[in-house]
Amino acid sequence: MSAPLLEVRGLRVGFPRAGGLRHVVAGIDYALSPGRTLGVVGESGCGKSMTALALMGLVPPPGRAEGSIRFDGRELIGQSAAEWRALRGNRIAMVFQEPMTALNPVMPVGAQIAEVQVLHKHLGWKEAGENAVAMLEAVGINSPRERARAYPHQLSGGMRQRAMIAMALACEPALLVADEPTTALDVTIQAQILDLMLELQDRIGMAIQFISHNLAVVSEIAHEIIVMYAGRIVERAPADALFANPRHPYTQGLIATLPDPEQRVARLPVIPGGVPDLDAGARGCRFADRCALADAGCRAAEPPAEEIAPGHFAACFKAAA
Amino acid sequence: MTRYILRRILQALLVLLVMSFVIYSLIGLMPGDPLDIMLASNPGATPEVVEHLRKLYGLDQPLMLRYLRWLQDALVGQFGYSRTHSLPVLSVLVPALIQTCKLMIISFIASVILAFILGILAALKPGGILDGVISLFAFAGISVPVFWLALMMILVFAVKLHWFPASGIATVGDGGFRDQALHLVMPVITLALASTGGFTRYVRASMIEVLRMDHVRTARAKGAAEWRVVLVHAFRNALIPVVTIMALSFGVLFNGALLTETMFAQPGMGKMIYDAILGNDFNLALTGLLFATVVTLLSNLVADLAYGWLDPRIALT
Amino acid sequence: MNELVALDGISVHFHLGGGGFLGGKPRILRAVENVSFAIGEGETLALVGESGSGKSTLGNVVAGLQPPTAGTLRFRGRTLDRATWPQARRSIQIVFQDPFGALDPRMPVSAIIAEPLRIQGIGTPAERRARTAALVEQVGLPVDALNRYPHEFSGGQRQRIAIARALAPDPALIVADEPLSALDVSIQSQVLNLMKELQERLGLSYLFISHDLAVVNHLVDRVAVLYLGRLVELAPRQLLFDRPSHPYTQALLHAVPRIGRKRARGQTIKGEMPSPLNPPPGCVFHPRCPKAQDVCRTTAPILEPAPGRAAHMSACHFKE
Repeated sequence: MSAPLLEVRGLRVGFPRAGGLRHVVAGIDYALSPGRTLGVVGESGCGKSMTALALMGLVPPPGRAEGSIRFDGRELIGQSAAEWRALRGNRIAMVFQEPMTALNPVMPVGAQIAEVQVLHKHLGWKEAGENAVAMLEAVGINSPRERARAYPHQLSGGMRQRAMIAMALACEPALLVADEPTTALDVTIQAQILDLMLELQDRIGMAIQFISHNLAVVSEIAHEIIVMYAGRIVERAPADALFANPRHPYTQGLIATLPDPEQRVARLPVIPGGVPDLDAGARGCRFADRCALADAGCRAAEPPAEEIAPGHFAACFKAAA
Repeated sequence: MTRYILRRILQALLVLLVMSFVIYSLIGLMPGDPLDIMLASNPGATPEVVEHLRKLYGLDQPLMLRYLRWLQDALVGQFGYSRTHSLPVLSVLVPALIQTCKLMIISFIASVILAFILGILAALKPGGILDGVISLFAFAGISVPVFWLALMMILVFAVKLHWFPASGIATVGDGGFRDQALHLVMPVITLALASTGGFTRYVRASMIEVLRMDHVRTARAKGAAEWRVVLVHAFRNALIPVVTIMALSFGVLFNGALLTETMFAQPGMGKMIYDAILGNDFNLALTGLLFATVVTLLSNLVADLAYGWLDPRIALT
Repeated sequence: MNELVALDGISVHFHLGGGGFLGGKPRILRAVENVSFAIGEGETLALVGESGSGKSTLGNVVAGLQPPTAGTLRFRGRTLDRATWPQARRSIQIVFQDPFGALDPRMPVSAIIAEPLRIQGIGTPAERRARTAALVEQVGLPVDALNRYPHEFSGGQRQRIAIARALAPDPALIVADEPLSALDVSIQSQVLNLMKELQERLGLSYLFISHDLAVVNHLVDRVAVLYLGRLVELAPRQLLFDRPSHPYTQALLHAVPRIGRKRARGQTIKGEMPSPLNPPPGCVFHPRCPKAQDVCRTTAPILEPAPGRAAHMSACHFKE
């Protein structure tokens, strides 16, 4: 495996609240190599979107990111606003969940794509506009010249997400962060967008951090998968290993609760309860209250991530056994 | 689009027709008619003469018939004579209209520009010190009565400092551009400040809402500088609701103009209509009010067109 | 199985302006076009399709929230019209997708659940209180939930409140419009289990509207597939998932991501669903269909049994 493009160490994202910081991302470590796809799964509030925003330097104030994000040999945490701007949209780009609201409603999509090259490659609007038409064609949009002049509301959901992808890839970034890019789309359109992302990855060679709540989607495209729960990574493994042999009780529960298209059961297994409040004072494993295996030890100390098989990490006292 | 404008103009004409009847009837219902004042200045008139005059002016006819006759004339541009000025109505009205429009348009532009600057600055950090100061100013602008502000300005800038003339539109014997401009400064500031407060609050609220939107985050994710995010991506979106409100309130500015003109003794529409009604100058009052209606209808049409032009999602059909 | 609700030739068209004085050409959105099917007593029928397929509109028609432009609705053999709807209304209830928007934030849970009873004038206040308490327990909420407000609950719990409200007038059919879409994965299975449990206990029928085929496969007895407002396939669950007959259903099933499968590229159906303002002539699926021939471009296929499977209806000239 080549040297990592992205190395995240002890990343925490905290928001001030009465009596200290509330950490929605509470110390996570992972790495991503060029050209690879990392899937990040978890339920709402697990910190997966905030991790993505931290990579972009876009944690909304008054939130703060701490720890270390090394990208391409540079430390991103603590760099200046100008340095962030030079990176965003250029070397690291992002695709969001809802293409209708993520695009500017009063600007033609061609101009929105061209803007990226105007900002980073210092092209004129005319030349960048021509490139935008070519990019729309590259993401599979028919009659790209007319579409470039269209406003977002004049495009279908699938076309809007294609335009978003064209915008994100306008400067051929080294890392594409995709936050639930297909969640708002219909299944057949979702399949088209996933195909497109893989095809463009082949062509451009960017690494993808693909965030989703949908295990099945992530399983189809990711090389490695991170499972997040309440601000922590509970399990990290190559995709095949994770689904073949999930080690953390939460991962096991998530996979088991999904209805299996191949076989129908009378009752789906459930994970009881809900996601806990991210309290700074909480001790022990964050999943303990919902876990069938939990004992006093789990409630006393937070389990560290341990490598239980090559490349397979789980943060659970019961997983190693 | 052409079809839309055509339809709107047809609608406006219909409204104008209805309004003309309403205004005609209301003025007709006012106590006293033109003859009363004529006779007051000529107590020796015999009942025969009065009856003759009444016939001559058509005042013996029922209201509906008189209205129709007036309408017939009005449609070909004949608005009759102003009794108090002894001039055709239009030659009294047009200079007043120009004067008022000058005041309104300059004040409007000034308050819009000021409101954009203040509103955007306040929205950058809601709850910050700058926001607090601007909100206080906006609130003061909304609360302070126009006449009080006018009096204070006259007191400070005309009486004490002698920077600007206190009243009128030109100095007798001068009347150059500089002189006219100096006469406009205080009325414009007074009228502008009255609407700036409200406008600023609209701009601020709209900007705060837009700055929270997903596409603003997208703009930042592209690496756009903060000024570009605010002025190009957010501002254009924030304009949409604001411009509508602003254009609609252009008509409301008329009320303010009436007060301002009275305070600064300027011969505009407000003062003209006021005097016409007090003096039972039927034709002048009626026509003046109708033109005021036209201004309001026009500003509504401009508001809708601006909305459609700014927001590509709105198809005007 | 006894027929509970039947739709016969239901169409829903929306006029989107135009027409009249200086209005230009009228624009008509054909959301639902000539759809017929029946739901049996105790049966769960899935209504499957992508956004714009008309599935929610059809759900609203069944729930009595949207009068059809054409066609009739039967409930227990009686045609529903102005006179018969009020009686049927309490027997057909609806649960919406968004558990946040569907509950009045200013009402306590007890009032929310009792509202259908109050509106329909069912029972005395004391009886309604007792019924509400029983319902809260039935959907697995703590009894102290009654005096709390919707914002104090999580998404899954709110959906339970919405289900309790739907159950209040003791309905025979619940129209569930994407009831799981807004919920987290681990919560979805909880609500899904609840729906199954309630069906077994109360003998309910469901019209389950969903885009999630895995969930549909888990819950339902029969599946109706909608495309651009038309019913393209109607079949028992097992048959539909094992041997989909219509090319659209095949494409839909193929597009569903599966755990442990790698993406096989280049096999995804091309294009997007056309606008219901301007549906294509002939078979509405022909612009995206890999099997399309000349006949498909001119003649709309009718819903007929697939070869050798009498219960498996499919609207395709080349059905499998």
